[in-house]
Amino acid sequence: MSESQSEAGPEIDVAYVAGLARLELTEQEAARFQQQLGNIVAFVDTLSSLNVEGVEPTAHPAPLMDCFREDQPAAGLQRDHVLRNMPDSALDQVRVPKVVDS
Amino acid sequence: MLLAGQTTSREIIESVATSISTKNEELGGYLSSDLERALIEAEAADLAGPLGGIPIALKDNINALDHPCTCASHFLENGYLSPYDATVSTRLKKAGAILYGRTNLDEFAMGSSTENSAFRQTRNPHDPERIPGGSSGGSAAVVAADMAVAALGSDTGGSIRQPASHCGVVGLKPSYGRVSRYGLVAFASSLDQIGPLTKTVEDAALLLQVIAGGDDLDSTCIDAAVPAYVANMSDGVEGMRLGVPREFFADEGLDPAVRTQVEQALAQLESAGAELVEIGLPSTSFAVATYYVLAPAEASSNLGRYDGVRYGQRVDEGSGVIEMYRRSRAQGFGPEVKRRIILGTYVLSSGYSGKYYLKAQKARTLIQRDYQEAFRTVDAIVGPVSPAPARRIGKFADDPLQDYLADVYTISANLAGICGMSVPCGYVERGSSQLPVGLQILGPHLGEHTILRVGRAWEMIRDGE
Repeated sequence: MSESQSEAGPEIDVAYVAGLARLELTEQEAARFQQQLGNIVAFVDTLSSLNVEGVEPTAHPAPLMDCFREDQPAAGLQRDHVLRNMPDSALDQVRVPKVVDS
Repeated sequence: MLLAGQTTSREIIESVATSISTKNEELGGYLSSDLERALIEAEAADLAGPLGGIPIALKDNINALDHPCTCASHFLENGYLSPYDATVSTRLKKAGAILYGRTNLDEFAMGSSTENSAFRQTRNPHDPERIPGGSSGGSAAVVAADMAVAALGSDTGGSIRQPASHCGVVGLKPSYGRVSRYGLVAFASSLDQIGPLTKTVEDAALLLQVIAGGDDLDSTCIDAAVPAYVANMSDGVEGMRLGVPREFFADEGLDPAVRTQVEQALAQLESAGAELVEIGLPSTSFAVATYYVLAPAEASSNLGRYDGVRYGQRVDEGSGVIEMYRRSRAQGFGPEVKRRIILGTYVLSSGYSGKYYLKAQKARTLIQRDYQEAFRTVDAIVGPVSPAPARRIGKFADDPLQDYLADVYTISANLAGICGMSVPCGYVERGSSQLPVGLQILGPHLGEHTILRVGRAWEMIRDGE
């Protein structure tokens, strides 16, 4: 992760972050996003001068906590509706590349 | 919206179908529609319901069983048919409505222009060289162009209100938790709300009545009573206190012609008996920055599900599952979506989440407090929706930040969780075009009846009723 401080603003290492997000970028995309996101990060960085001492964070704006309901089994999605959207399936299940090396 | 014998469901649908066939190629409001199926459903429609036999268009990010739900993305372009009904779809159907058409949007609701749709540009019916706004640009355009009776959209930072303003229709964002998000493709789960885009305030009230209310399938949906919106909307503004935020009228940034239209509307509301009260919303100066930390952060999490595994486009070149994720996402998502995922991942990443995400959550508290404070002294807040009328398509192609900054008047309502509505209030001349301008009315959390009352009062003044 790059930590260059060549300018006053923060540096976002677009290629590294894209990797975290499982996004493959072309070279042109990486270059263009580096420039655009650099501007955007500099803009949101204006928050750093905001005084939030003693302020609690807000995760969501409605006055709701601990919303529970009875754990009662009910019908789920219909299997054929779900299967029809799968890119690859077999035996009524989704088929994926091997995940675990044996 | 009268089915009282003056017309039939079939006639309404045929009229919509004709309009679509003559206008959609140019304006591009719809991504898909199935009028034949609609006509069949019209035969069996329960006309007794509040929306009996009425066709309602849906933004293409709201699931309806067996309909596409592309989110205007290549990722979901082919072969995704909704396996379930969103709660709003269930409620519309139960009220007798007919779901027939899917409207265009910015991809995954990210944008304010509908330019980010992977499929086509929707054009503003008032000037086809200009944007309809976004992200619910398709829904706004089809209602404005009489290609739909009414539509649903979604609003995360202004995506119902701003296109409504740009296209000259009514657009209402309910309070957070007023309408179930079950079945709305998630962009930012703490900001998203579904709401109506309609020709009149009464139609918006009618649609809201049908879709609002608690839902076991959405734990963020509030189980509070839904008032009778239509019955109580026509009380007028006499005696109401309307807050006018000085930050929304600051000289820099607000187009003078837009200011004139909005100020004229406020003056007329005052003549009708409302008291205009200047208020301060100092958090306006950091609302956009707060949003562009929180919304992309939530989006980066929500869009993690698009991995090519269970639905949507999969790109598997035989190099293992991680490469499958990377390639499927690279090819499925457009540039704005990628930018926001990267930005969101960054502000949540180790070493940065305290500086950005936690900070923005605290800023959000300050924004919410500003509105709570304001609503102690005024009933509703009024002002512009957008700093300028609809811009030309392509104007900010290389500079997304310019569009972000134009969200300034709508964005804080989503952060605070309050309700807001845009009602047409005039036009601005640009070249040979008359571009619509909306009046924004903001109300406290669960205060939809208040903003509907102000909106209806404004409509009556505007139309000389």
